[in-house]
Amino acid sequence: MSRIIKAIGIPRLIITALFIAVLLTGFGLGMPMNMFASDVVKRVGMYGLLTLAMVPSIQSGTGPNFALPIGIMAGLLGMVISLEIFYFLDLNGIYTVATVESQPWWYTSDGNIQFGYSMAIFATAILIAIPIAVLAGFGYGKLLNLIKGSEMSIAPYMGFSAVQFMCIVWIVAPFKNTGIKWPLGPGLRNTFILDQTFGKSLNGFLMFNIKVGPHKFIEIPTGLLLFFFLSCYLVYLFTKSKRGTEILAGGMNPKFAQASGVNIDSGRVVANILSTVLGAVGIIVYSQSFGFAQLYGGPLMMAFPAVAAVLIGGATAKRAQVSHVIIGTLLFQGLLTVALPVANELLPGSNLSEILRMIVQNGIILYALTKVNREGQ
Amino acid sequence: MSEYVLQMKDIIKEYSGNRVLHGVELSLKPGEIHALIGENGAGKSTLMNILFGMPRIYNSGGFSGDVYFEGEKVDVKTPKEAMELGIGMVHQEFMLIPSFTISENIKLNRENLKHNVVSKVLGTNLKTVDFEKMNSDSRRSLDEIDVSIEEYIKIEGLPVGYMQFVEIAREVDKSNVKVLVFDEPTAVLAESEAQSLLKTMRKLADKGIAILFISHRLDEVIDVCDNASILRDGELVAAKAIKDTNVVELAELMVGRKIEMVQKKKKYEEQSEPILKVKDLHVDMPGEQVKGINLEIKKGEILGIAGLAGQGKIGVANGIMGFYPATGEIVYQGKILELNDTANALSKGLAFVSEDRKGVGLILDASIELNIAFTALEVQERFLKKILFFKMQYGKSIRKHAQQMIRDLDIRCRSAHQNVGSLSGGNQQKVCVARALTQEPNLMFISEPTRGIDIGAKKLVLDLLVELNRELNMTIVLTSSELAEVRSISDRIIIISDGKIAGELQPDDADVEFGLLMSGKSLEKEEAINE
Amino acid sequence: MNNKFSLKGMLKQNVVVLLFLTLTVGGIMVSELSFPHIMTELVTRIGRNTFLVLSLIIPIIAGVGLNFGIVVGAMAGQIGLIFITYYGIDGIGGLFVAALVSTPLALFFGYLTAKLYNNTKGQEMIAGLIVGFFANGIYQFFFLFIIGAVIPVSHAMVKPDGVGLRNTIAMGSKYGEGIKYAIDNIIKMNLWQFIILLGMFLILHTIIMQYYIKKRAEQSIEKKTIIFRLILGVLVIITPIMVLSFGNYQLATIKVPLVSLALIAVLCLFNVLIMKTKLGQNFRAIGRSQHIASVAGINVDKTRMIAIILSTVFAAWGQIIFLQNIGTMNTYGSHMQVGMFAIASILIGGATVSNANIWHAIIGVILFQSVFIVSPTAGKALFGDPQIGEFFRAFVVYGVIGVALCLHAWKKVKKTISKNEGEQEEIE
Repeated sequence: MSRIIKAIGIPRLIITALFIAVLLTGFGLGMPMNMFASDVVKRVGMYGLLTLAMVPSIQSGTGPNFALPIGIMAGLLGMVISLEIFYFLDLNGIYTVATVESQPWWYTSDGNIQFGYSMAIFATAILIAIPIAVLAGFGYGKLLNLIKGSEMSIAPYMGFSAVQFMCIVWIVAPFKNTGIKWPLGPGLRNTFILDQTFGKSLNGFLMFNIKVGPHKFIEIPTGLLLFFFLSCYLVYLFTKSKRGTEILAGGMNPKFAQASGVNIDSGRVVANILSTVLGAVGIIVYSQSFGFAQLYGGPLMMAFPAVAAVLIGGATAKRAQVSHVIIGTLLFQGLLTVALPVANELLPGSNLSEILRMIVQNGIILYALTKVNREGQ
Repeated sequence: MSEYVLQMKDIIKEYSGNRVLHGVELSLKPGEIHALIGENGAGKSTLMNILFGMPRIYNSGGFSGDVYFEGEKVDVKTPKEAMELGIGMVHQEFMLIPSFTISENIKLNRENLKHNVVSKVLGTNLKTVDFEKMNSDSRRSLDEIDVSIEEYIKIEGLPVGYMQFVEIAREVDKSNVKVLVFDEPTAVLAESEAQSLLKTMRKLADKGIAILFISHRLDEVIDVCDNASILRDGELVAAKAIKDTNVVELAELMVGRKIEMVQKKKKYEEQSEPILKVKDLHVDMPGEQVKGINLEIKKGEILGIAGLAGQGKIGVANGIMGFYPATGEIVYQGKILELNDTANALSKGLAFVSEDRKGVGLILDASIELNIAFTALEVQERFLKKILFFKMQYGKSIRKHAQQMIRDLDIRCRSAHQNVGSLSGGNQQKVCVARALTQEPNLMFISEPTRGIDIGAKKLVLDLLVELNRELNMTIVLTSSELAEVRSISDRIIIISDGKIAGELQPDDADVEFGLLMSGKSLEKEEAINE
Repeated sequence: MNNKFSLKGMLKQNVVVLLFLTLTVGGIMVSELSFPHIMTELVTRIGRNTFLVLSLIIPIIAGVGLNFGIVVGAMAGQIGLIFITYYGIDGIGGLFVAALVSTPLALFFGYLTAKLYNNTKGQEMIAGLIVGFFANGIYQFFFLFIIGAVIPVSHAMVKPDGVGLRNTIAMGSKYGEGIKYAIDNIIKMNLWQFIILLGMFLILHTIIMQYYIKKRAEQSIEKKTIIFRLILGVLVIITPIMVLSFGNYQLATIKVPLVSLALIAVLCLFNVLIMKTKLGQNFRAIGRSQHIASVAGINVDKTRMIAIILSTVFAAWGQIIFLQNIGTMNTYGSHMQVGMFAIASILIGGATVSNANIWHAIIGVILFQSVFIVSPTAGKALFGDPQIGEFFRAFVVYGVIGVALCLHAWKKVKKTISKNEGEQEEIE
């Protein structure tokens, strides 16, 4: 029995217990469990890629990527540029959003924009974000190679600085898209909705409902989940490739890898690039699922939930696998998703779920930090 | 009241069932300079750890035997207790804080303190540090050992020789010091600094301090010591007065033991081309510097490289394989081999089983099969399947090969995907060898192959090496501190002393020749001196 | 020849400070704010922030690094202020009680933080950042939920629905004078008089120190430095007199809060004196090498703990001083920025992750707060948008911390490489 407990890990047990407890409370209060299920599934897909970005970073030995905002900024920039391009195309009649009539037969969401159009914006955003992310990841990766051993300490500040720097960019850059900039004065808006562009379109792809009772459905956003699981699989494949094996060895025992002729430094840079790219794509997927884009200070703290999620899934600061991402995101985001409505039902307006998030999220990170030295190396 | 200041009687120590000290005795009179001589692994440092009450001893089951200090039985449980009794040690690794002054280092955690307003209420830690008194005390201690540098300058930037003296001054400043242990003190010193040090030792002894001088530099021992105790394989083989002996005898006592020669039916082809030619090799490996070596390794031979710790033998293989910066010229199979390029050396058919099994040789948290396959996967791109333009691990072939190796080398484990970290030392070593063999090398360097392995497994590993040499005609370069094992399987042996080749011997040459070469001397020279 | 070297060396060492000096001066010139206005703001900010920044010094010297955990100390201070608001105690008495209440809390929080740091050696800085967030969660759990829902409290500072404290609280009693400026207003002196006093103090100090140094066998300070300090002292005395002769009435009436500055001076003195004690010597030893200190018999973990506990208690008191100047408390937010701003300040003043002194703190606060004051208007003047100035300011804060951490980490890597080269092999 105690061996099972040790294998699963005390933090995971506590959080699973919390999750179950909250679910039971919700059930006892007669809350709509089908909606809970839908929301949890959606959240996993939404946050999944951002959590996945932690895996290459941990495996290469640089610890969880607290500088995820760097990748997020790349993603937001790609998104914003893509929106600007399509605004321009629309304005000049080159490529316009079509009317409701022309939806393809397999599109069952109640969105009112053409799927092709929204996918075009979505794909363009990703295509523009990737090279930016590669560049940023390369630069940051090189920096990490100079400060081996202290990566986790400087990473948050690199992330914060990137966010603040982009704040200046958001204000100064000459965007014309009226949907995303302030009506009066310079600069882009803090948040803007995406329902006229690519909001929820990935979610909607092949979305279907599971009937669980009279008038009760669980929504399964197939497109989103497919995208997430496909990304997980690709990262898993990368781990098994020659390069991925090198990076894994370099993270587990750098001297061993060097003794076999591996160039540790270049492996770390490659892993960091991958992590940054996942962050960039991740924020685009997240935004489309959320329906809103958040610029300026919004992404400042987005690294921390992702780190907490992968740790809850079973990873440590030095070891991580794709399975940790899926389990962790499910447990952590699942807990937070259901805690909010349940807490509000028990004590309206108390903000308890936010407090819960602060305690659980930061608690698990602290726990993982205390284990760093014990693992040796 | 005993005439001895220190007596250690019948000291027995075991580490997890392995006995490393078999009833050792040591006696020291006040004012005596006593040498403690022995090869690596002879038990010198274990004996010192017991004397100092190091935690390592108590964490591994304590020891048996008695220690008497000034005639009374003592039980030293912590370094602090040893210090309070009056036992001091000048370490090999300097315990000096660079940005503190000499005086601050001498008085570290023993600073002279004065009371102030607050300390009377809140305790000792808040007493003011009396820098004036500290400086004058330090001045006095420095003067006692004839060192004239100012006590208030910082350590950083001082030459190594001076740092050694600050270490000594620190011990001398502990006014009650009665026994002072010097652990290989001249290893880092230049010739003149070493002479200075020996003079200082004599001076301290003349004041009544007993000195224990751990060294392998036999002429220094003859020069300055009164008596010597020689340890070998955890036993005290002799305790002699220096006036009754000489370098040759000491060297022989240090080394001599019965050797079991492995019968080798096949001899390497005497006339064959050297597979590796080494010219003027210098390797910058901290603690094992190589300072110019010329060597020819013949195809199909087992070459043994022996020598004392820190003399450079470990640096040779590490340098050739590119683990540490090296200069010189290497010609492998007739072609020049680039130095400082591990990947290149590996790809040309050289393999290396490092002396640092857990640090360099294995990923403890990974499976046996991955550890075995890794180098070949990386360098020769074996065990990979090409899918589109990506090279992917081919799990089946990795597993199959690992299972083959497990059978061939008799690696005791539950399965090929078990974690290497859970295997015994001997089996871990076999995994390392398996990984080297997977490369199918022409020339294999293997360093300290049986370190930390029990006797039964030691034999297995050595037999394996002989078999590889016999069956596959593999050229093997075996570097080891255990002279017996080197002599038991090598075709010829090179002794490294002070970073250079001291000489070449046959396995069955006289023990004394080995001992002398390892101490940096040679039999002919000594015989010439004695005539 | 020597003169040239020392000037160049001084410049090199203080690159960061000079950079920020340029930034500050540039910002002031561009921002179109009136100089008297800037000076008034600056004096106020120095008075309320310096104590907090000083609390960072001891952990840096003791090798624990930048103590992001002062956030936890600030929370302790705030709990003290909540206490006096509940009981309606005003004025200097109220602040005294607040300090009294917050001290045991700060001792306890400091103890816990130190335990965390001792278990995360090498990663203290990320641990400190996260523990601030974590503690904030617990703080909010208590004050947003437990108060009211579990412990029924009725008071003006509780939210209308009875659960949790309000987001902003006016400290002190409901109808009384509160605690705003309770320390500041005790004695006030004109700024120009104060500066002249400082100059005189500098000259006196230099002369007395020379006398003491001759007594000890310590290395005496170079003549250049003595002359430099004396000249500086004279300049400091002359400057306000000259500036005032331009007849700027506003400048002449700026006042400094003497007691607050006195408290700061006391903490400065404490920092200097403690380094002369055995404890201070221990701090320095473990700050340089935990290994050597431990071999010499110093209890490294215990010494680190003392350093952190002191830092946390000072942070608690510092937060009380800070809030008495502001008057109202942002219950859930006042303590969070404390860490970043204090740390950025001391780094800007020239401290590093492993070395700091009171001058770094003082100069750092002056520079950081100046940049803070002028950035919005400078941003407006240069780019037409005050927001850019604010973003720039935030970018600077994070950037400075990031760069300082990178430099320290890089030095650590180099030190490990050279240590390996100097290492001897242990006998087996």
